[in-house]
Amino acid sequence: MDLVTVLQVLDSTVRLATPLLLACLAGLFSERAGIFDIGLEGKMLTAAFFSAAIAFVSGSVWLGLLAGIGASVLMAGLHGLASITFRGNQLISGVAINFLAAGMTVLIAQDWFREGGRTPSLIGAARFEPITLPLAETLRGIPVLGPIYAELISGHTILVYLAIACVPLTWWVLYRTRFGLRLRAVGENPAAVDTAGVSVVGLRFAAVGICGVLCGIAGAYLATALQAGFVKDMTAGRGYIALAALIFAKWRPWYALWATLLFGLLQAVALRYQNIELGGLVIPVQLMDALPYILTVIILAGFVGRAVPPRAGGIPYVKER
Amino acid sequence: MDRMPAWADAVLVPLISLLLAAVISGLVILAIGEDPIAAVKLMVTGALGSSYGWGFTLYYTTNFLFTGLAFAVASHAGLFNIGSEGQAMIGGLGVALVCLAIPWPHWALALPAAIVGAAVFGALWALIPAWLQARRGSHIVITTIMFNFIAAAVLNYMLVNILRPEGSMDPATARFPEGAHLPTLHEMLAPLGIGFSKAAPANISLLVALLACVLVWMLIWRTRLGYEIRALGQSETASRYAGIRPVKIIVIAMLISGALSGCMAINNVMGEAERLILNATEGAGFIGIAVALMGRNHPLGVFLAAVLFGFLYQGGAELALWTSIPRELIVVIQALVILFTGALDNMVRMPLERMFLARRRGRGT
Repeated sequence: MDLVTVLQVLDSTVRLATPLLLACLAGLFSERAGIFDIGLEGKMLTAAFFSAAIAFVSGSVWLGLLAGIGASVLMAGLHGLASITFRGNQLISGVAINFLAAGMTVLIAQDWFREGGRTPSLIGAARFEPITLPLAETLRGIPVLGPIYAELISGHTILVYLAIACVPLTWWVLYRTRFGLRLRAVGENPAAVDTAGVSVVGLRFAAVGICGVLCGIAGAYLATALQAGFVKDMTAGRGYIALAALIFAKWRPWYALWATLLFGLLQAVALRYQNIELGGLVIPVQLMDALPYILTVIILAGFVGRAVPPRAGGIPYVKER
Repeated sequence: MDRMPAWADAVLVPLISLLLAAVISGLVILAIGEDPIAAVKLMVTGALGSSYGWGFTLYYTTNFLFTGLAFAVASHAGLFNIGSEGQAMIGGLGVALVCLAIPWPHWALALPAAIVGAAVFGALWALIPAWLQARRGSHIVITTIMFNFIAAAVLNYMLVNILRPEGSMDPATARFPEGAHLPTLHEMLAPLGIGFSKAAPANISLLVALLACVLVWMLIWRTRLGYEIRALGQSETASRYAGIRPVKIIVIAMLISGALSGCMAINNVMGEAERLILNATEGAGFIGIAVALMGRNHPLGVFLAAVLFGFLYQGGAELALWTSIPRELIVVIQALVILFTGALDNMVRMPLERMFLARRRGRGT
């Protein structure tokens, strides 16, 4: 393997890790506030469809992004209504949202575009274009560092940089602001937060809302940056991989970056090579596909460092009278 | 007493939830420019109007009976087994291995063997998540989701690299031997002089599924193990004081659940396809969740809900065939049923409860 191949694999790692990272951070906000969210997949899928559809109709990818975020936040609101207001089962609500998204996107796509449940291909301003960072071409001549800068760091869409910027931002919000402290507290001990006179319901809705926004960006990235348009079930389990990454990262923002990059790398390698030969031993591509899930189970088993979820996760908060 | 009557809890709440889901589904059909009344008529004639339609409806019902019961048993123990899909896939692997192992002389021998194969493989696939939940406290929802994906990868590997007959491009096993062919409803009813569609896939597995309903009912409400499972589901602390070992019950409940999921394969793999193909489960594992939620985890309720979903599936296929309504409408209806009967349960229950209490107070009791 030469440098060019390595860079190409890493480049595609970054592209594939971006939606995982955004969805993972989305789940992080929600679960840190005590709301389990297995509906990341559905929210991403909804956002992917509406961003592609509106981007195609309006010709503006930014309007598409807004529509995607809006649709995803609406789904998040439904999750909040079910799990916060009506104190329903958060897992069931998540399952329902995933199915609702899988069905509705195809139904509406077929009704609007009549192309078998997909949107027409996006071209021009209806897509996010790669950004060439300053001096990328000039510096390309420098050995090793030049190609790294030009290939790996430069040449991504704005959403990739936004996703990476979200990592320190999430860290800052969670660990350096009053809102973040309260948000983490509400996921550990909502009664204490309530006693302090802060609204548990309000905080949890805020967290679910942020989760909706981030899932919206993730979905829009899939349909308008990574690919050119929406196709049926295009999230392809990414919401679940993000959920796995969230556990792998032990609900921490920086770890989330490394976990999603690792899972992105696995996807990139599986995409590029079918079966890998390592010293006479053939690693089937299916193992690469399953590896994120296997790793997560191992982490969950607590054999390699223990992943402890927020204590109040999944339990509806009932105010004592 | 500050609760509503049992009949309202068991019948009225699910009915109102179902009605809400139906109304919204109707609005969705209206919104995509079709006539909901005509759609329902088409679904009824398509799914129930002929023995061909019934044959498909009952075929789907059989799948949903197994996965619905699987989810219900785990639910009674307070476990959320979202892994039916993976367990049914691996159950299919078990069925395929059993059916291809020897040239079976007769289905009466092949069927019990296949049931054992399906149940053992399905149960084993549920064992690791169960053990991790019981011993290491890893959340069973996450582990079973992960195991669904791992199951898909395992199945893919087995079909592409190992079980695929030589020279075939299709990632599927060889056809099962003649002796492993299960009698269809057509073949079962013909000697009785009842005509039934020859093309429909419903088969003897339906009877196995119905038997499973009875067995699950006996297990949950008539045995000591069932009592322990329910006690654990109600309160782990209380059951611990009663001398019940949570680790043991969690593992046993999940093994039963996995075995039931796995048994779905005798219907879809052995009964219908007669070979193992990729994605043979077609999401039936997830529909089990909706079925169990609607059926309130009771075998009778699961049976009614499974018939309803069987009808929806076959009716939905007919809709997709004759109108411009895509098959995904069923996925939406399924989502709405899960949403209203599961997640938004309190939205229906709370006002209803208040109404009953107000009436009771009005009567001065």
